[in-house]
Amino acid sequence: MTALRNSFREILRYPSAIVGMLVVVLMVVTAIYTMIAIPYNTAIQEWRGGEDVWYRNPKFAPPVWFNFFLARKLPESFSVRTTDGSLMKTVTPAGQDTSTIDITYSFNFNYDGYPQDMILYFDTTFAQKQPFVSIAWIRPDGKKIRIADIAVDHRTTFRFSQDPKLQQRLQVDVPEKVMQALFTDSTKGTPEPIKGTYQLVISGATFESGSDINAEFVFLGQLYGLAGTDQARRDLVLPLLWGTPVALAFGLIASLGTSILTMIIAAVGAWYGGWVDELIQRITEVNLVLPFLSILILVGTFYSRSIWVILGVTILLSIFTGSIKAYRSIFLQVKESNYIEAARAYGASDIRIVFLYLIPRMIPLLIPGLVSSVPAFVFLEASLAVLGLGDPVLPTWGKIIEDANSNGALYKGLYYWVLEPAVLLMITGLGFAMLGFALDRVFNPRLRGQ
Amino acid sequence: MVAQMEQISVSAMKMSQRVLLAVHDLHVWYELRRFGFGHAGYVKAVDGVSFELVAGETVAVVGESGCGKSSLMKTILGLNIPTSGEVIFNGVNLSELKGLALRGYRFQVGYVQQDPYGALPPFMSVQQILEEPLIISGVKDKDERLVRIRKVMDEVKLHPADDFLPKFPHMLSGGQQQRIVIARAMIRGPKLIVADEPVSMLDASVRVEILKLLSNLQAEHHLSVIYITHDLSTVKYFSARIFVMYAGNLIEKAATRDLLKNPLHPYTMALLAATSDPDAHNAEAFKDVPPGEPPSLVKPPAGCRFHPRCAKAIAGLCDVKAPPDFEPEPEHFVSCWLYQ
Amino acid sequence: MSVDKLLQVNNLVLHFSTTNGAVQAVDGVDFQLDYHRAVVVLGESGCGKTSFSKAILRLLPRNVKRYDGHVYLQGNDVMQYDEEEYRKNVRWVAMSLVPQAAMNALNPVLKVGEQVAEPAMIHLGVSKAEAMQQARRMFQHVGVPEDFLNRYPFELSGGMRQRVALAMALVTSPSLIVLDEPTSALDLLTQANIMNVLKRIKQELGTSFILITHDIATSSELADEVAIMYAGQIVEVAHAKDFFPAPLHPYSQMLMASVPRLRSESDPMFITGQPPSLIDLPKGCRFAARCPFRFEKCSEEPPVVQKGDRKVKCWLHV
Repeated sequence: MTALRNSFREILRYPSAIVGMLVVVLMVVTAIYTMIAIPYNTAIQEWRGGEDVWYRNPKFAPPVWFNFFLARKLPESFSVRTTDGSLMKTVTPAGQDTSTIDITYSFNFNYDGYPQDMILYFDTTFAQKQPFVSIAWIRPDGKKIRIADIAVDHRTTFRFSQDPKLQQRLQVDVPEKVMQALFTDSTKGTPEPIKGTYQLVISGATFESGSDINAEFVFLGQLYGLAGTDQARRDLVLPLLWGTPVALAFGLIASLGTSILTMIIAAVGAWYGGWVDELIQRITEVNLVLPFLSILILVGTFYSRSIWVILGVTILLSIFTGSIKAYRSIFLQVKESNYIEAARAYGASDIRIVFLYLIPRMIPLLIPGLVSSVPAFVFLEASLAVLGLGDPVLPTWGKIIEDANSNGALYKGLYYWVLEPAVLLMITGLGFAMLGFALDRVFNPRLRGQ
Repeated sequence: MVAQMEQISVSAMKMSQRVLLAVHDLHVWYELRRFGFGHAGYVKAVDGVSFELVAGETVAVVGESGCGKSSLMKTILGLNIPTSGEVIFNGVNLSELKGLALRGYRFQVGYVQQDPYGALPPFMSVQQILEEPLIISGVKDKDERLVRIRKVMDEVKLHPADDFLPKFPHMLSGGQQQRIVIARAMIRGPKLIVADEPVSMLDASVRVEILKLLSNLQAEHHLSVIYITHDLSTVKYFSARIFVMYAGNLIEKAATRDLLKNPLHPYTMALLAATSDPDAHNAEAFKDVPPGEPPSLVKPPAGCRFHPRCAKAIAGLCDVKAPPDFEPEPEHFVSCWLYQ
Repeated sequence: MSVDKLLQVNNLVLHFSTTNGAVQAVDGVDFQLDYHRAVVVLGESGCGKTSFSKAILRLLPRNVKRYDGHVYLQGNDVMQYDEEEYRKNVRWVAMSLVPQAAMNALNPVLKVGEQVAEPAMIHLGVSKAEAMQQARRMFQHVGVPEDFLNRYPFELSGGMRQRVALAMALVTSPSLIVLDEPTSALDLLTQANIMNVLKRIKQELGTSFILITHDIATSSELADEVAIMYAGQIVEVAHAKDFFPAPLHPYSQMLMASVPRLRSESDPMFITGQPPSLIDLPKGCRFAARCPFRFEKCSEEPPVVQKGDRKVKCWLHV
């Protein structure tokens, strides 16, 4: 074990190794945190999405810290509801089982752009007589705009931009202009939104006892959250976080599996020689010619896109590669060592020699290779996802890029969507590569110098 | 120590004439292959070797590199299959042993190698190294193994044993490493030890220590030892008999004292003449060295293999027929036409 | 410094830095060598003798921590030379080296004749034809048949290759050759051959030798003088005819007593313990821990005492 401690000290001499290790540790911590904070089933469910999960988010919204880079600030999103008290509601009973329900909400608006939309979700209880609501909008400059007067059903959704009556009232011809009309003074020439406190006033009336109105006001700004949203309004923080354990697991398992199996097979071939060795070499040579990515695409398209299947095929195709030849030549050298001869002399069986005498000799060589090959596998998984062959249920970094691609993110200027997963992929690659190179410098001279 | 050796050799002859190891007309030929196919001849590493080793006897095999002593030794260890001839250990012919039985044989022979560091797996601790032979021969109980390990560490004088057990080979000195190699060879109580140049890679001041250790162990356990070396000055401290090997044959076999005092074969005489004792007068004279090099084992010279280099070669005889073993003096065999 | 000495070394120091600390391989060595004489530096592994050979020839690795002292070659202090001057005038011109395992260090893809000729071309600036002639002459001196000039190293035996390495060191006719363990990996008869070659070269060409080895018996074949090295220092220097029968320093005595002898009945001894690590050297006499004759004074560094023609670094002889 002192050997390990010594090697650890050696590694710390290289600054690149320290950075690499930090990156890897950070990733592992993130992965563990993610798996605890957002358990697998929750994550899959949320990722499946649907309007009830993500309805509060705008589509294609960059993250809120984007405003830091903008001269003209864009509005952030928020939502309030009567059910948890964030939206103030006062119920005033009037005569004969009727009551008036007043819901008011004021908020500050200091942005230079309009929101995507505003939506009111009404959730009412009644037996026969539908409650009635009157929605008004008060601008900071005092102008009061009547939004709508409607009867509300058990579940009614009022989208400000989509309401034709509101469009008419505001004298706009397209839904997109509704927000503009609500936030600017059309009499003034400038299309700048008015900054100040806006008020939403909902006056509702119920006509039965026990009848109630609950409302949720969703303000779909232009920005959302720490990482932005995609085309299904999903918060990108979810796949970014969950991509970490997936990337790590895929990379590490593939790397570990491949390295160990390659080493064992090379050792067996080198030790037994004869037809076993010849067979392994020929299989390797054939495998080297086979097109790796194409076979994966075939498997993904015709058989299964499950990440475990892809992982399995990847490992299988990666074992019989050039590394076998490299390991084999080293094993052939080690095979002639004196201690191996001594082991044969005291009666060690072939299997024992392969696993207890040959392979442990190799482990210092294995470790840097293992670490350095992790990025390749991580990128492989991401590439497959971008090609549309990613695991259908898992939220991964590759999936984000695939969604971004199929929704034309770069054409639309939604750079965040591509950059965030790309940066994470790059950091992963760099971290493991730096650590791997430093490990190589530490471990390999030792092996060469006996 | 020398007197001790004499006594053992005499008593070994007298006492139990129990032959431990008998080698009859052993030939070990390696096939030379050309480009994977085709046959390019044989390397005749061991070409007609016969001798008998009595229990408790030590024998030195002396020869230069390329004389075939490594192949002879590997065959005795069971690592090589003889091309023809027999190796009989305790009455059992080695070529009849297969599989488990062959492994059983290997448990009875210990092997001490030349390079102490190379002989030890660098990634195993001393304890693991010494446990390996025990595990392989089926000692399942960990405590029993520890007892035996401690006992053998005590015998090779590595005190305190527990200090050494967790160490790795690179933490030990050359002498200590070689003691571990010896301990490993001894741990299963073998009857025969094959020691291949056990001290040639050690420092001068340590060599004698290890040789004395081997000698004591040999006396205590009544072991037979085959001591392969090219350092003739150590032979008399450690062996009762000497065999001289040249180009695949044993050309002279005798008791140590007899051979050193009265070498018969010209090659043996050359070897002895070439061995120096530390003496300032050595610098004043040139040594008489037979010209040429040891012959190739693929195409050895016809007749006596030493004849191209021999000053006393008899033309017409030495270059035609290979000499048989003559016994010009009791128990002193030499393969040379000068003594017919 | 006196010009009649071929080599005079004063207080040579060579320390390396490693991750475990500074290795004081050569720690204040004084040494001298006359023309046409051979001195043997005897020592065991870890005493710094290989570093000594590198220090004399200035073949330094990258992790040198300290390298100073004076090396007077034929009267000139070559420590003061810069790299280029040293390369042109000293290394392989005035002195050359046959390093340890030289026979394994031959270039496998060049013919041996070319390899031997190369130093002549580089250092003496002669044409290839002339250099090959010189190589041919050297092959004669070392006893390798001429037709081997066109062979590759793998075609030669170990003894032959060692002789080729020796020829390479001789080809520029240096006054001094340093040999590091020239015979340790060779067979008995081959060793004797090489020693014969060295003796003959010393007679015919008058070259001086520094022979560094741990093989005490073989060293007596060539030695005019003997120097014993222990833990980075030279602890005894004497003429061979004085040294071998009666060494003075306790380490020398125990070392000589540990050599098994073919022709006498002595019971060889061994020295208990190990030499100190060159990183962690003890204060005072470095052999004190293993010396049966140590006393209180030995905790101080012993001086070098001159006893007639001999020098010994030991309190017992003060």
